[in-house]
Amino acid sequence: MVRFKVNGKERSFDGDPEMPLLWYLRDVASLPGTKFGCGQALCGACTVHQNGSAIRSCTTPMSEVGGSEITTIEGIPAMHPVQKAWMEIRVPQCGYCQTGQIMQAISLLKENKNPSDQDIDTAMSGNICRCGTYQRIRAAIHQAAKETA
Amino acid sequence: MKLIENVSLMAATNAASKTGARVAGAEAGRRRFLQGVLASGVFVLSARFIPGTFLAEGEQNPSSLEAGLWMSIAPDGMVTIIAHRSEMGCGSRTALPLIVADELDADWSKVIIKQAIGDPKYGDQDTDGSHSVRSSFDLMRQVGATGRVMLISAAAERWKVPAKECSTEPHFVVHGASGRKVGYGEIAAEAAKRPVPNNGNVPVPLKKRSQWRYIGKETNSLFDLRDIVTGKAVFGMDATMPGMVFASVEHPPVLGQKVKSHDDQAALKVPGVKKTIVIETFKPPHQFQPLGGVAVIADNTYAAFKGRKSLKIEWDESPHSSYNSAAYRKTLEETSRKPCKVVRNVGDVDAAFAKGAAGGGKIIEAEYYAPHLAHVSMEPPVAVAEYKNGKVIAFAPTQNPQAVQETIASVLGIKKEDVTCHVTLLGGGFGRKSKPDQVAEAAVLSKQLGKPVKVVWSREDDIHFDFFHSVAAMYMKAAVGADGRPTAWLQRTVYPPINSTFDASARYADDEMGLGWNNLPFDIPNHRAENGPADYHVRIGWLRSVANIYHAFAIHSFADELAKAADKDSVQYLLDLIGPSRTVPLQYKEEEADEKQRYPLDTARLRRVVEIAAEKSGWGKKPMGKGRGMGIAAHRSFLTYVATVVEVEVDAKGQVHIPGVWTALDAGTVISPDNVRNQFEGAASFGTSLALFGEITATNGVIDQNNFDTYQLARMNRAPKNVDVTIVESDSPPAGVGEPGVPPFAPALYNAVFAATGKRVRELPLAKTKLV
Ligand code: FES
Ligand code: FES
Repeated sequence: MVRFKVNGKERSFDGDPEMPLLWYLRDVASLPGTKFGCGQALCGACTVHQNGSAIRSCTTPMSEVGGSEITTIEGIPAMHPVQKAWMEIRVPQCGYCQTGQIMQAISLLKENKNPSDQDIDTAMSGNICRCGTYQRIRAAIHQAAKETA
Repeated sequence: MKLIENVSLMAATNAASKTGARVAGAEAGRRRFLQGVLASGVFVLSARFIPGTFLAEGEQNPSSLEAGLWMSIAPDGMVTIIAHRSEMGCGSRTALPLIVADELDADWSKVIIKQAIGDPKYGDQDTDGSHSVRSSFDLMRQVGATGRVMLISAAAERWKVPAKECSTEPHFVVHGASGRKVGYGEIAAEAAKRPVPNNGNVPVPLKKRSQWRYIGKETNSLFDLRDIVTGKAVFGMDATMPGMVFASVEHPPVLGQKVKSHDDQAALKVPGVKKTIVIETFKPPHQFQPLGGVAVIADNTYAAFKGRKSLKIEWDESPHSSYNSAAYRKTLEETSRKPCKVVRNVGDVDAAFAKGAAGGGKIIEAEYYAPHLAHVSMEPPVAVAEYKNGKVIAFAPTQNPQAVQETIASVLGIKKEDVTCHVTLLGGGFGRKSKPDQVAEAAVLSKQLGKPVKVVWSREDDIHFDFFHSVAAMYMKAAVGADGRPTAWLQRTVYPPINSTFDASARYADDEMGLGWNNLPFDIPNHRAENGPADYHVRIGWLRSVANIYHAFAIHSFADELAKAADKDSVQYLLDLIGPSRTVPLQYKEEEADEKQRYPLDTARLRRVVEIAAEKSGWGKKPMGKGRGMGIAAHRSFLTYVATVVEVEVDAKGQVHIPGVWTALDAGTVISPDNVRNQFEGAASFGTSLALFGEITATNGVIDQNNFDTYQLARMNRAPKNVDVTIVESDSPPAGVGEPGVPPFAPALYNAVFAATGKRVRELPLAKTKLV
């Protein structure tokens, strides 16, 4: 039995300890804002926060979740400055990758209040956007940084 | 187009009008649409304007103005507009209702968009070929304008004034002379009783362009924007049905293989796995039928994935087990070196070639190659379906809900009217999600299990079992005069056609010819375009901009080669090739009459985008240091004119960086300019992925790539740093925007690499060639 918190709520899980957090969130906890894109930590669609830092939930087994605090997009109080910037710059196309991008960006801005283009590229290159919204993502992160500064 | 007997309407629709992703088909579809649907749409519209007569299911308020199919107004003023096209990131779901709202003079903040289920009453719903706006623009305007006329008429009646004294401001009818005004919600019930203007048969007057409030405005944004950034948007991956189980399917590794035997003992021991079910392999042609294989049914997605790993399956033989990409390439190239089927002929290239290098000119030849590509939309194929009492309800991220109906009906032997397809948001589509094989899998499994089933494809499934973009070989030959201009231009293209998906014997391209091959817009006296035969060994399908990708790659690489051979500036040479402003005479098919009339190939528009892109990029003015260079290409596709300049920097390791891209486009009338820019920014990224990395290969019929490690995409650090998009202001009818940004990108990039390094690379992707 693993105990942990998701978006501030106490949870426990006694199923297959190998189950990735991603599928727990989606199929068990009914929190579908976290997306499946690759299952191999290659695309970032499944990004959530574990104790405040971005992780790939698709390769984080439930056995490693015990005692930690998980935050998903559903747990981000809207409108976070990053979400606001995303809307103002009109970043999304299909939108599927964007919750992962936003979770990654929030975590980046927590660690680096004023990231350079280079910092952003480094932090965000694990997150694929097949629709190709990268330049808007970069602009939105700069804008959110300004707003929170 | 030869249609296959006894294959349902699905094949007809697809083979006839979708394979070419609608350069041709779109217009054919469009005409049918306007006759069929405007006729039926407005007829239904008229019927449904009588309240209570034809209320849609679940709508109880008989006093709301029921514009039936397309829109309704509730007493509280909320306007519901139907989106009959899918949203996969191109903005159709927002754009079409915006057009209705504009002509209705509605307040956009009081508009709700309702996604249509699949139903032929909406006409063609296939969201492909960059044609949603261009095929529905006129109709959407009519829908909105009809509603507005009826609202005005009702208010005039109430006020006992002539209707022509009344007008509208957003969401109100106003009578200027007396200063009276009434809200749309308040007058809706009375409006519903007004006769439909002109019985719905004759177009009602439309707004002037200058009166548009939404069409063409910078402020437009996606209807679903807020839901997307807050994680509330519902994609196919997020669809659920009560009591559903999860399924993951081990497909035959080689196309057409059948399960000989399987052992599921170990799989059944995996926690959460309930059972396995064999899905029958399709009988050719494969169309959109399930591939076959063994499905693992489980309590959750992970258990189904995990169970699959312990399956032991023996597969039988398939004629496609001999498919090896390296050998196949040789076959394509050999075919391309010999005369093939002529698809366009101007003058006499042979005579010109026979003259050879006479008079100081030369003969230039080149061969180009482009491999298979996979779509890899961020959301892999997924669907939920329930079979119950001979009927199916499905929720799917599909570009084509009617194809879902047709495919499931034909696979299960039920009527297509008995298949209800709800369309979710799509996490990308790019053409893959016009093909609903995974939805059919869910329906087949549900029928066997007696409960709803969610089928989830892994990324590996998605890459292994795509409907691949075709592999292609192109042969080019030109005779150039002493002035460097070509006097003759021969182009030959060979690839397994999309039609092989619908007709296993198809070996020649069809609608693909209209995708940048039989319409070369260059001013050359002798020109011949040919197409050679090829056999398919994997499922071939259309992928964002389709055959334009390899056609544009060959044509615009070759044009640049000629420019460099003549020692001319590439932009100037390209403008010379395009030649004077004129309409290029093309042969249109019968169903392309509308295209011929409304969208003639106008070289002035092509020249203009070239000039703008060159100017914005600082072409010829910016100093290019070592390892830096610019390239250009200009290509018209989906009736939109696009020129793209790419700047590259090739570093000491030979890695290509893209500091800047400048694209100019003329897509006629655009609905949401900012979204259009987003599409073209995205096209540059899509273009980067295919130009630098994209390659699918097969060994003994099995696809070699697995996930984003072996099938790489442009990430933020490799995508163009800055993409500058210029939209040419135009009153012309709307053209496509989702796809046309892609074709010129790869040749512009390769031409830039040549400028930067002196290396002429003639095959995609660039990663295969060492640049230093
Ligand atoms: S789904 Fe986790 S990184 Fe792709
Ligand atoms: S917006 Fe579609 S994948 Fe990023």
